[in-house]
Amino acid sequence: MLADALFLQLGYNAALVALGATALGIAAGAVGAFLYLRKRSLVSDAISHATLPGLALAFIVMVLLGSDGRFLPGLLAGSALSAWLGLWLVSWMSHRTRLAEDAAIGAVLSVFFGFGIVLLTVIQSLPAGRQAGLEGFLLGSTAGMLRSDALTIAAGGLVVLALTYALRRPLLMGAFDPVHARMMGVATRQVDLMLMTLVMAVTVVGLKVVGLILIVALLIIPAVAARFWSDQAERVVLISGALGGLSGYTGAALSATAPDLPTGPIIVLVAFGLFATSLLVAPGRGLLATALRHRQVQQRVHLRQGLLALAHGQPIYEGLTRRILRRQGLTRPDGVATRDGRAAASRALRDENRWQALRRTEHLSELATRDDGLTRIEDVLTSDQIATLDATLAPQKGGA
Amino acid sequence: MSALELITDAGQPVAEDLSQAPLALRGLTVSYHDEPVVFSVDMTIVPGSMTGIIGPNGAGKSTLLKAALGIVTPLAGRVTVWGQPLGKMRDRIAYVPQRASVDWDFPTQVLDVVLMGMYRELGLLRRVRPRHVAHAMECLTRVGMQDFAERQIGQLSGGQQQRVFLARALAQKADLYLLDEPFAGVDAATEAAIIGVLKALRDEGKTVVAVHHDLSTVEAYFDRVFLINRRRMGEGPVATAFTQDALQATYGGRLSDGFVARQSAG
Amino acid sequence: MGFEFVALSLPPLVIGVLAAMACALPGNFLLLRRQALIGDAISHVVLPGIVVAFLITGLVAAVPMMLGAAAAALAAVVLIEAIRRLGNVEPGAAMGVVFTAMFAGGVLLLEQSDTSGVHLDVEHALYGNLESLIWLDATGWASLTDPQALAALPPELPRMALAFLVVAIVTALFWRPLKLSTFDEGFARSLGLPTGLIGLGIVVMAALAAVAAFDAVGSIIVIAMFICPPAAARLMTNRLEHQVAWSLVFATLSAVLGYVLAGYGPLWIGAATSVSAAGMIATVSGLLLAAACLWAPHRTA
Repeated sequence: MLADALFLQLGYNAALVALGATALGIAAGAVGAFLYLRKRSLVSDAISHATLPGLALAFIVMVLLGSDGRFLPGLLAGSALSAWLGLWLVSWMSHRTRLAEDAAIGAVLSVFFGFGIVLLTVIQSLPAGRQAGLEGFLLGSTAGMLRSDALTIAAGGLVVLALTYALRRPLLMGAFDPVHARMMGVATRQVDLMLMTLVMAVTVVGLKVVGLILIVALLIIPAVAARFWSDQAERVVLISGALGGLSGYTGAALSATAPDLPTGPIIVLVAFGLFATSLLVAPGRGLLATALRHRQVQQRVHLRQGLLALAHGQPIYEGLTRRILRRQGLTRPDGVATRDGRAAASRALRDENRWQALRRTEHLSELATRDDGLTRIEDVLTSDQIATLDATLAPQKGGA
Repeated sequence: MSALELITDAGQPVAEDLSQAPLALRGLTVSYHDEPVVFSVDMTIVPGSMTGIIGPNGAGKSTLLKAALGIVTPLAGRVTVWGQPLGKMRDRIAYVPQRASVDWDFPTQVLDVVLMGMYRELGLLRRVRPRHVAHAMECLTRVGMQDFAERQIGQLSGGQQQRVFLARALAQKADLYLLDEPFAGVDAATEAAIIGVLKALRDEGKTVVAVHHDLSTVEAYFDRVFLINRRRMGEGPVATAFTQDALQATYGGRLSDGFVARQSAG
Repeated sequence: MGFEFVALSLPPLVIGVLAAMACALPGNFLLLRRQALIGDAISHVVLPGIVVAFLITGLVAAVPMMLGAAAAALAAVVLIEAIRRLGNVEPGAAMGVVFTAMFAGGVLLLEQSDTSGVHLDVEHALYGNLESLIWLDATGWASLTDPQALAALPPELPRMALAFLVVAIVTALFWRPLKLSTFDEGFARSLGLPTGLIGLGIVVMAALAAVAAFDAVGSIIVIAMFICPPAAARLMTNRLEHQVAWSLVFATLSAVLGYVLAGYGPLWIGAATSVSAAGMIATVSGLLLAAACLWAPHRTA
């Protein structure tokens, strides 16, 4: 069953949904990366919640016009309109009043959502409203959907993906270097507008698959996860797109295997699994790497301070320093330096004296600013330069 | 304990008597993102002095102050205040943070901010009595802000905000005043007013330590300097420690040659 | 009329007002600390909390569910902090990661477990059921003094009252450290105040209010009340004391107007059924905020 699902053997609709979810996931991942780089991830939360009243109003209008109201493109158009209004209100509030953007986001998302719920209860009282199934848009539901809906989702996912690809250059420039972007004739405002349009497109297409409460997860989680793997914006965008696509595909395929595995939550949980893995094991920024590095730095700092104290015949204040010196055989249990300890101490002192000498040189003193107590002078100067420095030092301070 | 227990080279515990030092740092190292921004710094503040902490941007001046106050946690090292651990001596310390470190749009008034300085006296629930208000007003008067007591803090100029912060520190009735860049972005009148208040404090026997970056006013403002660029670069009376050599070492190539020349000529 | 009002409308009205005020109070501090969206995150994780509590105890009872919700809220806050600090992730994004994942987990558990026949569903967690909290033993205003009738009040009412009382007392008791550490954290730390603990305390208060409120009124009101009344109040005044007072006024107004409009509004325009009270209360709070944005005396800096 699972293998069938992963290889899209569960029927035409399921395959279409998986295709759409994958395309949507890639697009959401990439768009979300741009949002994250601009530190505006949660704007997407306001946008997605703001779709609800539009969705409901579109349904009511279509019913009043005589259709059955479940025409997906019509519903999506309505949701896009109210998302626009919500987005506009967020920026109006944060620019025109003293309220910060986070407050504006929270206000818009809760009020629009609340109003949407009011409209949903109105719809329930309509004769056509009983089977509206609009609740399905809250959490997404792809089970038993119409062929035309599946086609809309697949096409929507591909369109959003194509749009994101087409706009990648100005977005990258805007996310990275707004000043440069402006010089190149790309206005920040326009870039923002493009970005928000894409966020909205992702949201609207994702409504039916992931649902409006969870669609933000696709815009946020892959991007945050991707950021652990690279410091380069282009790579972050690519990785984020890949993680998003993987989540969308796996989620859609898994949920097709059983009726009680809703698509949206599965997609989000797969994305979260990828995030948790990244958080833990990514080299460089991951937790394990960071913890290891922090411990190393702490040990090096204490070792260095301890050696310098030994060299200067100064007392050592801290237990950790004493323990590290003892463990490395640099001092005896009673705190007296061993032969190795004395040698290491005099090396540390020589290094220290070289840095001091470097600070007082005319032409190289700029390099001395790299002295943070841990950087080795050999990494900053050539051996010739060190020899020159040593010549200025008092002769008794150790040999080269 | 009034002294640090130390183990020397010879393995003998000795005591360094720091009970006279309003603030003493030993082997203080602070790192951000695993890069030491302050490395193994010793500092001993002399009672009744006015010390400028001097160094280039990013040299760890503010970090040193924050670590001394326990606002950031050091990676290594110790802080004592009159020979005691910091926690026991907070009543005797007043702190003036960088003006830019708070949100001035916060809904509160000048007098309220000054009263915050009396938190340790007022505690959770003690009522604000007329004498508390009178003391706060007195502190505002000392910095020339008595007419602004009812003003919303967001409506103040940068200089006025800095004076309010100083008034709050005065309200703490401390013996040691630690100021982080008190002259950054303030007008000349405010700078003069602040230095007047600080000198008056020093003359009352209080101890003042200020992070400072304007080299041209060091000699006029301070009687001692502490030079830092990640490491301690020098410490002592202005006359002997604030020298061209020491500055060259502290600032590296970043110090303008013109200034050094002027200093050495003067 | 007296009977109908006391039995059918008074309890939900009072519960709505108490819930709104209990959320608005900590909301003031969240707003000023730029953590307005913590309320959003907390209210989303209530769902997984109650589902897990149900799966463990097999009961649809208030106490285990509230404990579960509270535990989930705390877990979310701790996770957000951990991801923000350890992973060096921007706070908004850290929130987004945590609450969506926990909410998704809750929905999945709910779908996987057999909860048919028990009143436990996503919609209920989202918009509560304020209208159903009626007082059947009431016969009229006189019932307010009748201990026997009072004992049959919907249990949500005393629970919500208790939550509001706790939040109010804690806020009053710790007013000075709350204000001080919100305004100037560095200075607060130099005084020796445990600023980390105070920050956590505010979030715990918010979680308490949210957990007590969700059962009666659902998550939407909770988010709206955390943000809209304090935000509108901020635009009315430049003093924190007055802001908090205004926020309570706005919260009360939203709850009363929202409830009345939801219950009677449709009837006035000739419709047969009422609309969601929770949704309407959120809507009214938004309209009040919009009015404040347009006309309040201190709307700009």
